Amino acid sequence: MKKFNTLTSVVASILDNDLNTDQIIPSVYLKDVNADLGFGLFAYLRRTPDGQSISDFVLEKPEFARSKILLVGDNFGCGSSREHAVWALQEFGFDCLIGLSFADLFMENCYKNGILPITLSSNDHHGLYKYICSDAVPVSISVDLEGCVITDANEIEICRFHIPQTQRMMLLEGLDDIGLTLKDESLINNWEKEALHKHSFFQSPIHPL
Amino acid sequence: MSKSPKTLFEKIWDLHSVGKRQDGRHLLYIDRHIIHELHVPHAFAKFSSSARPLRRKDLTAIVQDHTVPTRPGLELTSEHIRQARRYATQYGIRLIEVDSLEHGIVHIVSAEQGFAMPGFTLACPDSHASTVGALGCLSFGCGTSELEHILATQTIVIEKPKQMLVRLNGAMRIGVGAKDVALHLIRTLGVNAGRGYAVEFSGSCVSLMTLEERMTLCNMSIEWGCRTSIIAPDQKVYDWYVAKNLLTENASELQSMKEYWSELQSDSDATFDLVHELDCSMIVPQITWGTDPSQVVSISESIPTLDQIDTPLRVQAIKALDYMGLSEGQSLVGLSIDRVFIGSCSNSRIDDLRAAAHLIKGRQVASHVKAIVVPGSASIKRQAESEGLDDLFISAGFEWHNPGCSMCAGANGEVALAGERCVSTSNRNYENRQGRSVKTHLASPLMATAAALQGQICDVRDLF
Repeated sequence: MKKFNTLTSVVASILDNDLNTDQIIPSVYLKDVNADLGFGLFAYLRRTPDGQSISDFVLEKPEFARSKILLVGDNFGCGSSREHAVWALQEFGFDCLIGLSFADLFMENCYKNGILPITLSSNDHHGLYKYICSDAVPVSISVDLEGCVITDANEIEICRFHIPQTQRMMLLEGLDDIGLTLKDESLINNWEKEALHKHSFFQSPIHPL
Repeated sequence: MSKSPKTLFEKIWDLHSVGKRQDGRHLLYIDRHIIHELHVPHAFAKFSSSARPLRRKDLTAIVQDHTVPTRPGLELTSEHIRQARRYATQYGIRLIEVDSLEHGIVHIVSAEQGFAMPGFTLACPDSHASTVGALGCLSFGCGTSELEHILATQTIVIEKPKQMLVRLNGAMRIGVGAKDVALHLIRTLGVNAGRGYAVEFSGSCVSLMTLEERMTLCNMSIEWGCRTSIIAPDQKVYDWYVAKNLLTENASELQSMKEYWSELQSDSDATFDLVHELDCSMIVPQITWGTDPSQVVSISESIPTLDQIDTPLRVQAIKALDYMGLSEGQSLVGLSIDRVFIGSCSNSRIDDLRAAAHLIKGRQVASHVKAIVVPGSASIKRQAESEGLDDLFISAGFEWHNPGCSMCAGANGEVALAGERCVSTSNRNYENRQGRSVKTHLASPLMATAAALQGQICDVRDLF
């Protein structure tokens, strides 16, 4: 997994609340194992049924085509647990999502894939939104994960954010969750041994070997 | 010293907690890892390239369900199905094949094959994993990376959820089922109410429910954000395992399992972070009008007017009404429909099919409606056919399909035509979920059948 450092980018914003993973990546893009998920991202919001670009939609505007930061609303990523939603955002180019809140499973999927999901208070969220709307042309912000701070184009602090320590460290170091767990493999071995002794049925195979 | 009181969830959780990470999250042991093929290609490609060993193939199974074509006569295949076959062979994992006697939707197969057992932990890469919470099995939906994590470690990394008790009181009225209770609950509490919580359902309404109904209730818990849901196993649960011959023949193991099962209820003085109570005796048939599962009305009610909707929800409501082609204050009764889908892990069990088939009573599906019935598993399909339910459906004009997820997720290509209005027994009414610009109304199998027969949304109780 690549390491997450400071990220500087213009901010695309889609502020609707409760955007679910079916909207983020419609199931038709799940059928094909080689589908271009970046193309499928928000497909029905970006294109008409006959495939014409909806030029009003933020991701169809050329100035946001290379944006790495997406500002979202409340309860983003709810619904189906499909991780394709996170991959689609990533394949489009987003490395950081900033919102009022994220659905539990979606947020976990973000961390696991190296996307930084930042939750802001409504005050800070509003402040950030005001800043990115402050100019007719899109303005850049920087997200500094080391210092947990978001700054504007002049490096002036817009707001600070909080992220759990372990997830922060994993993103900063590009650490894989499995590697981290396998450091504690002896705990798993011990659990299995004890289970065999006390609750052997937990360990009874589905599938006789 | 007396033991500190615990909830049912905590009893199972504590037994399965392998350790705690510095950040407070737990490593939780997974007794049963049940995968479906939609996640296989990505997860296994990554896993096999990592060259890590599969820790417990004997506790892992793959079920083919999401991408299986269910229309009779179609070849039962997809790229996902082929890849699931390849990896199952490579790793020696039990595979529930598309044409096997055990085939079906993963959550239903988990219950029927005894993968899910009371007091066990189960993980499945699907948000409706908690369907089997109805059997007292602590189950977690997970993502593809988490799936890979379980393959390598047989654990998940998870923050301990808060504890919520939802007490459902009173007997359900005639014509009302678990789907109505679930929809009413989501309407009452909102789509976010369960976020961060493990929910236990209890109360006289739950005790009276069949296991199939309890599965519908638990199935819908993700639709209001719950991390998982569970119901304390009672005699009905034990009867299920005995009837399906799923219990071990090893006498001492069976004895110790029964002792364990006898402890599987929340202690009377256990602490919950939040308790909700709902009187279910007042609930009448429910149906969704919008594009999230909390936008629900009783069939006797009209869609709320905008000033009756809480301000923060109003913008969503306006969007939903626009998408659904409906107006505030409108009654849904009499609204013409194009399609009916009876199926999904929410409502495709034998009880659901019996209720639907017996409502027909010689009536016909309206000529402008296309209605399909997709049993949840091959076993349910065989049972239904042995009772002649397939004949009742087919002669009334329903299509009788093979088991699979079908129009619930649409991942097998079975979707409605653009713009069609569909009454569906599945669990999600999101925009475009059942096909582009398709307008989905979630309801019980009874309400869906009634709509198919009348060609319009109606109160099923008028057909009794």
